[in-house]
Amino acid sequence: MSELEEKTENGSTDSLEMGVSEEQKAEGDSGIGAGVLFFIAAFAVCFLSGWLLFPNLLYSKKEQPFNFNHALHVEEMGGCDSCHYFREDGSFAGVPKLAQCVDCHAEVMGDTEDEAVFVAEYVEKEKEVPWLIYSEQPDCVFFSHSAHVVGAQMDCVSCHGHIGESTTMKPYEENRITGYSRDIWGKNIWGFKKNSWDRMKMDDCAECHEKETGSKGACFQCHK
Amino acid sequence: MKVDRRSFLGLGLGAAAGVAVTPATWKLMDDSSIWTQNWPWTPVPPDGEVTFEDTVCTLCSGNCGISVRKINGRPVKIEGTTGHPVNDGGVCLHGISALQYLYDPSRVKSPMIKTDDTWKEVSWEKALAHAAEALGNIRKADNANAIACITDNDKGTVSGLFKRLTTVLGSNNYYTMDTMEKAWATTIDAVNGVKAHVGFDLKNSDLILSFGSGFIEGWGAPVYNFQVNARRKTHGIKLIQVEPRLSNTAAAADKWVPAKPGTEADLALAICGVLITKGLYNKKAIQADDPSFKAFAKMAQEKYSPARTARTTGIDVASIQNLAMAFADAEKPVAIAGRGKGDSAGSTREFAAVYALNCLAGNINAPGGFWLMDKDPAEVWPSIEMDAMATQGFARAKFVETDTVDSLMAKVTASAKSPVEALLVYNANPCYSLKNAKAVTEAVKKIPFVISFSSYMDETTQLADVVLPSHMFLERREDVSLTGPVPLDITALTRPMVSPLFDTRHPGDSVLSLAAAMEGSVAASFPWESYDACLEAVKAPVWKALSEKGSVVKEPVSLVKKIERMDFSLLLNDTAVVAAEGDEATYPLVLMPVDNIRLTGEIAASPFAVKTVSDKVLKGTDSFIEINPETADQLRLSQGDEVTLTTPVGSAIVKVNLFDGIMPGVLAMAHGLGHTMAENPYVGGKGVNVNALVGPVMDAISGLDAAWGIRAKISRV
Repeated sequence: MSELEEKTENGSTDSLEMGVSEEQKAEGDSGIGAGVLFFIAAFAVCFLSGWLLFPNLLYSKKEQPFNFNHALHVEEMGGCDSCHYFREDGSFAGVPKLAQCVDCHAEVMGDTEDEAVFVAEYVEKEKEVPWLIYSEQPDCVFFSHSAHVVGAQMDCVSCHGHIGESTTMKPYEENRITGYSRDIWGKNIWGFKKNSWDRMKMDDCAECHEKETGSKGACFQCHK
Repeated sequence: MKVDRRSFLGLGLGAAAGVAVTPATWKLMDDSSIWTQNWPWTPVPPDGEVTFEDTVCTLCSGNCGISVRKINGRPVKIEGTTGHPVNDGGVCLHGISALQYLYDPSRVKSPMIKTDDTWKEVSWEKALAHAAEALGNIRKADNANAIACITDNDKGTVSGLFKRLTTVLGSNNYYTMDTMEKAWATTIDAVNGVKAHVGFDLKNSDLILSFGSGFIEGWGAPVYNFQVNARRKTHGIKLIQVEPRLSNTAAAADKWVPAKPGTEADLALAICGVLITKGLYNKKAIQADDPSFKAFAKMAQEKYSPARTARTTGIDVASIQNLAMAFADAEKPVAIAGRGKGDSAGSTREFAAVYALNCLAGNINAPGGFWLMDKDPAEVWPSIEMDAMATQGFARAKFVETDTVDSLMAKVTASAKSPVEALLVYNANPCYSLKNAKAVTEAVKKIPFVISFSSYMDETTQLADVVLPSHMFLERREDVSLTGPVPLDITALTRPMVSPLFDTRHPGDSVLSLAAAMEGSVAASFPWESYDACLEAVKAPVWKALSEKGSVVKEPVSLVKKIERMDFSLLLNDTAVVAAEGDEATYPLVLMPVDNIRLTGEIAASPFAVKTVSDKVLKGTDSFIEINPETADQLRLSQGDEVTLTTPVGSAIVKVNLFDGIMPGVLAMAHGLGHTMAENPYVGGKGVNVNALVGPVMDAISGLDAAWGIRAKISRV
């Protein structure tokens, strides 16, 4: 047996019993310790970023052109359909156009600064108000308000919440990746919801459809 | 503390674990999948209120009712108008893509003046002053008759304004482009001396005997005919197609009769002969002792006996007799003529022979038959003022007697100095759509001053000196009269569907402005403030109904009392036989231009329509000619070979498409390709214009172009 082979053969015993010094052991322990430390640090940073930083980074905040008081208008005008009406062909008009607002607001009626901005910047300049629509669905989704509101007799609150009672417009939060409004996914970053109007994702449509009609529906019903 | 591999491992695992228990991972997965379904660069059409507005399509003579779908006022789609008497909800591929004509890259965006071969955009005032000055100078030189005007047809107020302008300027040189409608009108005039509109009640017939008409390939009012074709199964309407080529119409017909090209009239006369011999004609409609009928009967029976005609047409005796029997057996047979889409004229002899066939069937102005109609244009024009220059000019002889642009161009070509000193062109593109297009182009180049009113930089407009660009039809209000051979008298109103995109004007307003710029009696003859005012005043008899309903549909006035019996004398001589140009020894083959439903003539087809053309007609920028495999074998040609096609008027490099459905010795090439519109890469530069390879053959009776083909030869490149 050569010297080398001898060393190798005995090597394992050596290393276990004699080959590793106390100093080396201490170093090994601190190696694991550093790994754990790094683990904990990285975990903490990522965990906190994911919870605190990420939701803020994901959405950009935009303000509406001026504040709109839904509560006041509902009180003055009546129900939602006074402004958000169905056209003669059954299609839904959505956010009112300037022409509709001008019916009442040809001149300043109240004393709010917002109305003054509206009349000066939009009515007088005959410019449509670039409202940011919280519940805007993407182009690949077909949704009929008529089928739900007229056909199934649903109320607006089921999907849109109590926006009719609001006096101010919240900032519009736009997802930087998808370009969608935050209201589609919902305020809760996990997507959990308490109320039916907290989210407007496909699963939410399907959930209600399953409950009401016994089927989640087929793809082409909405994705035409 | 030593940082080693384990530290990095810890860092990575820590980060992964940290992220995993936050919403970031799951939310990002969802967001990224949504992102991939909504690429930010994919255009999303704006949503909004949907409205429909009705107007009339004027891309062809069919004048279908169309409904324009708009979103927030922006036109996005064209559909057929349900219940419209011509198309009842149907629409063709050109109609649905009419919006592409609105955004066509070759549209002329503002008035332009050409100096030293360079176009310059100018103001309307400048362009009108320039045109008025040129026209004024011609008038001042006592040469007012040297001003000529070409329009697509003479129907409606816009054409009326052009005709009026030509007259008050002092010229009788007003011409319209050839069409099947014009050929039918000249035929009826030549036969019976009566001005008539021709219609075919195909919906109510039970046998359509078509002599080369592309019945389902854009003939007349295309969508009307598509619907007749759809009725064939439910209403038992039979279709027999006489054509040398297995066209789509021939393929859809109950029987295809491949007569040699140019022998359709012979076959029609032979059928007349058989019907007379067997006494199977309508005795009430024909007076047996009428000398012209007697002579015709003798001629048809002898000169066009089945045996003789079999040799001329290539159709055997039994088939000719069977055709005659089928025509006689049908309760409501109708014979139709007008080649392809009917965009060109044709042989008077051929049309008269088909007219004779209908007379023998006794179907004149009968349900399911051949209709001779008087259409009242319901227009009231105020009197005109002619100054001395105008009176003098108008009294001179017209350059060519017949109303045909081909002859006018031939006259310009033949003269050392063009007799036409100024040419106004509206809704016509003679440099592309007339036969021997290259010679026409050279003729137009000889004309010192050309004013184009086109919306597009088409072949003729490229040669103009001034362009006064018109709104395209979706941008304007105008009255249109149905010219397709439908037994209806319809006047409809096009309406602006969209505000004009460019600095263009309504052609009617352009005429009014030009007249105003000319001052004097010319201006005085146009007393209206605007074209709209002119339209309302001139169309006063029907204006209320026209403006409220958008169309006035009248039962046509039958001319059957005016034309008691057909005068057959016209058919007694053979001077009007139309032969193909060229000698057989040099040019052993025959080239036939054919119409394709996916392509258009006068106005270039839309990008969408061109995309749908088969790659056996157009591939890339190559045009194909159809050739029978037998002929190809003799010439040692195979599919896709590049060849030089030469005719007496021109030559072009084309590719070979072997087609069993074409007669040996005959070549077919599609109309509608080879536009040179550089601004429109979707259409311009694609293929060869067959009109540059075929020369016109003027009909001896009507003077209209009756060429159906030309002799040709091919050789390998």
